[in-house]
Amino acid sequence: MFSLELKSSRETEHLGQLLGSLLQPGDIITLNGELGAGKTCLAKGIANGLGIAGHITSPTFTLINEYPGKIPLYHMDVYRLGSPGEFEDLGYEEYFYGSGVTLIEWAGLVEEYLPPNRLDIFINKPAGKDECRQVHFVAYGSRFTHMIKELKQFVRSGD
Amino acid sequence: MCITILGIETSCDETSVAVVENGTIVKSNIISSQIEVHQKFGGVVPEIASRKHLELINVVVKQALDKAATGFGQINAVAVTYGPGLVGALLVGVAAAKAIAFGLDIPLIGINHMEGHVYANMLAHPDPEFPIICLVVSGGHTDLVLIQSHGSYQLVGSTRDDAAGEAFDKVARVLGLGYPGGPQIDTLAAMGDDKAIAFPRAYLEENSLDFSFSGVKTAVINYLNQCKQKGIPVNKPDVAASFRRAVVDVLVDKTIQAAKSFDTKTIMLAGGVAANKLLRDELSNRTASMGLDLLAPPPILCTDNAAMIACAAYFKYLRHDFAPLTLNAVPGLKLGEDRY
Repeated sequence: MFSLELKSSRETEHLGQLLGSLLQPGDIITLNGELGAGKTCLAKGIANGLGIAGHITSPTFTLINEYPGKIPLYHMDVYRLGSPGEFEDLGYEEYFYGSGVTLIEWAGLVEEYLPPNRLDIFINKPAGKDECRQVHFVAYGSRFTHMIKELKQFVRSGD
Repeated sequence: MCITILGIETSCDETSVAVVENGTIVKSNIISSQIEVHQKFGGVVPEIASRKHLELINVVVKQALDKAATGFGQINAVAVTYGPGLVGALLVGVAAAKAIAFGLDIPLIGINHMEGHVYANMLAHPDPEFPIICLVVSGGHTDLVLIQSHGSYQLVGSTRDDAAGEAFDKVARVLGLGYPGGPQIDTLAAMGDDKAIAFPRAYLEENSLDFSFSGVKTAVINYLNQCKQKGIPVNKPDVAASFRRAVVDVLVDKTIQAAKSFDTKTIMLAGGVAANKLLRDELSNRTASMGLDLLAPPPILCTDNAAMIACAAYFKYLRHDFAPLTLNAVPGLKLGEDRY
């Protein structure tokens, strides 16, 4: 596990951008945190890091937003699902095993469908500090363990 | 000659089929609304996925034809939403429409969902004065669209994060209100003071016609957290009123700004949040003082429905703008670009 403290939404976006530049097709990342924690903000940064132009909007209503690019981005929000089984009806396998990067907000609701190799990101708001965020990374599988090491080095070097 | 179009809409939660004559006479408009089901589950929406559309589509087509007292033989063209939306959901409507067009040997017309929302206005006001600025505001969208003439659209502003309707729903959730959030906030706001709390209004860069509602949502959450920490009781009506005012102020200011920039004669409202009373009243006041026309569809046509799809299709029918039977669902379809 690796944790970071961020001081603003700009820093959240910047972290996402750094992470996005390290991602490859087939990567699956879950974004976890309360309403207003900054999940979509981090997603914006990741999209930017992947080289995707244009606005990244919240997928809460649309469930899945697809963004074309050299590496396409599939941005999901499963909060509205009534039961985990509906995740199957959405055709999640097409995305997980497709040619892009998949981001899932509120992924805890569909935990049984998540693959063994993935990166879980938790964003917390410390009490009394509205602008600050604590970000925790939990890597599953060697690829993401390695990626977190890389990310750590970038952050340490002050990039 | 009477042109009868069968419209199909399955881009998100609703399965809807309509029969519309000559673009404006709605003979039927069946919407498989799931609002009652939503409420039972306390704000979380069950059964949204494409399987539901698959179960409903044939039933809803039959109901639409029956209610219109017509049959397949009287249909001149079939229209369908082919984007933007969920690919699995869109495919159900697209496949059904293609089957009907092929079986009856009638034209197939592909419609952009957002174009449909714009045309919900034309059902009630078929002859508006162009150019028009249309504010499409719903759970999934907050867009300003410039319309020069039928079929000519330009997206001049849109949200950079949350849609306005989504902000309403999320704030309703943190206030412990039911679903959908818009009407609940409206009711509560009527009892509150909209100047009680100064929530931020995001106008972005000078002259920008884009929106951002993530900040005001987070500001409400932060305010509620601060009250909790300090042990101060929360006046929910004041929070609802102040929040609604912050959202509506930005929607109205940007819409008026767009109308001025493009020198339009008409402002149109569309989408689920177009039913919001404060938004309608404020825009109505501002447009009246400027001598602009304000058009807004009746509430039932503000939600996702197939009558608006059939109406938009009528104008494409007149232009002979038909889609081939190879039409496919395009989840990320942009307004003003047809992909067939």
